[in-house]
Amino acid sequence: MYVAVKGGERAIENAHRLLANARRGDQSVPEVTLDQISEQLGLAVDRVMSEGSLYDRELAALAIKQARGDLIEAIFLVRAFRATLPRFGTSEPVDTGAMRVQRRVSATFKDIPGGQILGPTFDYTHRLLDPTLGQGFVPEVPATAEASTAPTPRVTDILGRDGLIESSPRSEDGASVGDLTREPLNFPADRDLRLQNLARGDEGFLLAMGYSTQRGYGRNHPFVGEIRFGEVEVEFSAEDVGFAVPLGSIELTECQMVNQFKGSATEAPCFTRGYGLAFGQSERKTMSMALVDRALRARELGEEAVAPAQDEEFVMSHSDNVQATGFVEHLKLPHYVDFQSELGLLRKLRKEFAEANAPEAMKEAAE
Amino acid sequence: MKLSIIIDNFNSASSVDLVTQHNNQQAQRKAAMAVLAHAEAGEIAARLRTIALPGHLDLREPENGLVMLRGRAGGDGAPFNLGEATVSRAAVRLASGEVGFGYTLGRDGEKARLIALCDALVQSSDFGEAVERDVIGPLREQLMMRRNQAAAETAATKVDFYTMVRGEG
Repeated sequence: MYVAVKGGERAIENAHRLLANARRGDQSVPEVTLDQISEQLGLAVDRVMSEGSLYDRELAALAIKQARGDLIEAIFLVRAFRATLPRFGTSEPVDTGAMRVQRRVSATFKDIPGGQILGPTFDYTHRLLDPTLGQGFVPEVPATAEASTAPTPRVTDILGRDGLIESSPRSEDGASVGDLTREPLNFPADRDLRLQNLARGDEGFLLAMGYSTQRGYGRNHPFVGEIRFGEVEVEFSAEDVGFAVPLGSIELTECQMVNQFKGSATEAPCFTRGYGLAFGQSERKTMSMALVDRALRARELGEEAVAPAQDEEFVMSHSDNVQATGFVEHLKLPHYVDFQSELGLLRKLRKEFAEANAPEAMKEAAE
Repeated sequence: MKLSIIIDNFNSASSVDLVTQHNNQQAQRKAAMAVLAHAEAGEIAARLRTIALPGHLDLREPENGLVMLRGRAGGDGAPFNLGEATVSRAAVRLASGEVGFGYTLGRDGEKARLIALCDALVQSSDFGEAVERDVIGPLREQLMMRRNQAAAETAATKVDFYTMVRGEG
């Protein structure tokens, strides 16, 4: 138990001053700007936006700078900031089918309408450190080609037309959508809450959970139906305006996982699916999310839930890195009172132990 | 404009015209907002300086807040809450009475105010044409150029995977 302590104000103040200096580092080195972080460490910004659950590049860049590059600390800062603003409402659900695609690959079909588009990717790089980046590097201008105006439908929509894959769950118009930032989490949790939880969940945790399903702990035989990354338009039904107002666009990554099929005496067998969606370019995150989303559907699909990734209480209670780090890191705060009582108890037990085990001769001599 | 008033209008031909007019104006306002939301405040302000603006006042001072962004399970299924975004909003009224609204992602209150001003101008019979010609039109063109450039760069990374027969290659 943590009991409040007083004192140490001067030391705390000086420690924060020292932190500010450590953050700045050698002052003969130019200070990093928010634009530089946003432009050149873009994937770190994407991760902080996703797990901070707040789309704002500039704020995420500021958080990364303030946290000295500690992304979980930065996510913490962003979460705390969001609590300071009023909520105007909720957006219309974004249409990822209408995404201005910058990258789109499918591991299940090589010929997909609209084509496979690599975009800016680490895939097929050799993972060799490039010393030229350390010496002022000017990239070649990007190659261009005639852009096609052909639509790029979601691969799962194409499979769905032939009934080869289960359709996405529908909901009644106007049905309420769970929001775990407003209501406490209860189990069992529906898929809307699970997806929200996973979308803001820690990438490393979801990666490990997704990996565990591949290694046999809740295996569900996944294929990447499609990964797409690009810009989608956001609209907000503002009551004062009277129609859905365009707010601008955001970058999203979407992963459609196609998984082992199921069928029954009454239903023809078809592939099942898992879904991942995250802010920015976050492929590892959305792939992991899709694997875990599918694993968490065990109950719904009548599978035996035997592995950690299939246990929604386990996954959802441990996926949030701000909660997790809060509980783990609070251990380093003063626990003096608590520890003193433990110490007192331990001394008493040791004394009793010593008395009970003292040699008979000693006892007799003492008498 | 209340739809019931329109429907109650016994002159059915002109009521249809009114509805069409209303829908047209709504579509026009929405199209303008879709362009303005992608522009920088400075760009909008610079374009607006080419117009002799009518008197106007802030009906709602710029205000920052959040909008919860929603996705759909599977891309096309039931909605879920993905995460929030910062949004700035404002409202402006022209001396002639038109009320404009400005909403934009981010925390740039001045941009929201400029969008609201443009939205009011779009609805004005005196300024609707000028704001389309001198502000929204050019910004739309810039936006299209940026998008076309990005699309051309993306198109150059389109691949044709082909599966090889074992033993080949």
